[in-house]
Amino acid sequence: MAKYRTRAERPLSPHLQIYRITMTMMMSIAHRVSGAMLYFGTFLLAWWLIAAASNETYFNHVNALFSTYIGRFILLGYTWALIHHMLGGMRHLLWDTGSGFGKKTLEVLAYGTLIGSIALTVLVWFVGYWARG
Amino acid sequence: MSMQTPLGRVRGLGPARSGTSHFWWQRLTAVANIFLTLFLLFSIVFHVGDDYASVTAYLGSPFVSIGLMLFILSVVFHMYLGFKVIVEDYVQHEGWKILFLMGNTFFCIAIGFACLFAVLKLSFGS
Repeated sequence: MAKYRTRAERPLSPHLQIYRITMTMMMSIAHRVSGAMLYFGTFLLAWWLIAAASNETYFNHVNALFSTYIGRFILLGYTWALIHHMLGGMRHLLWDTGSGFGKKTLEVLAYGTLIGSIALTVLVWFVGYWARG
Repeated sequence: MSMQTPLGRVRGLGPARSGTSHFWWQRLTAVANIFLTLFLLFSIVFHVGDDYASVTAYLGSPFVSIGLMLFILSVVFHMYLGFKVIVEDYVQHEGWKILFLMGNTFFCIAIGFACLFAVLKLSFGS
């Protein structure tokens, strides 16, 4: 393993702790964090599908675990991460077309992502509880 | 003057002619994920609290199974690409980086196959 230095010691570019916190920055971080949450969240989906494919006893057992307060809290977080990452991703797809970079637009999109994801999460859970009767 | 050939200098520094592949697949699966996720959300929300028989009947029906498997394929590929970037961004040590990249691949393939197997079993009868 070569261990010799290939780069000169130069000042590093300023990082996160230097900048004033902005909404667009927070949403950028939230997009990555929600993505990482979803990554590990697929474990829950796999677990639930395998339980459904196994037998009724095990399926009911897993559903009971998901129905506990901690289970519901995790699923609520999963729902929010899913919707937030989806809305944030749509924002990125818009940016891919080269539009949506105006100062005002960026702010509106950032707040819209957060407010939209919370509102839709509440809606999804409301419908879920309503469908359950 | 370097005695290295131009090819020797760039070898091992990165992919050639595949630079946009990551970006393209990330965006392609992102678009697919929007529709497939909405399908999954509706599927789950309207079957909350259903008993075992009706849930398995629903998950095992042809169109739902196909939708679920497309969802799994698209999502697993998307998260493989996304987590790869996270590892490349934050893991500085070369050895750990390679281990995490391998772990990422193993995790995604394992989760993908586990989900696909479960759906196929539900679909073809358990």
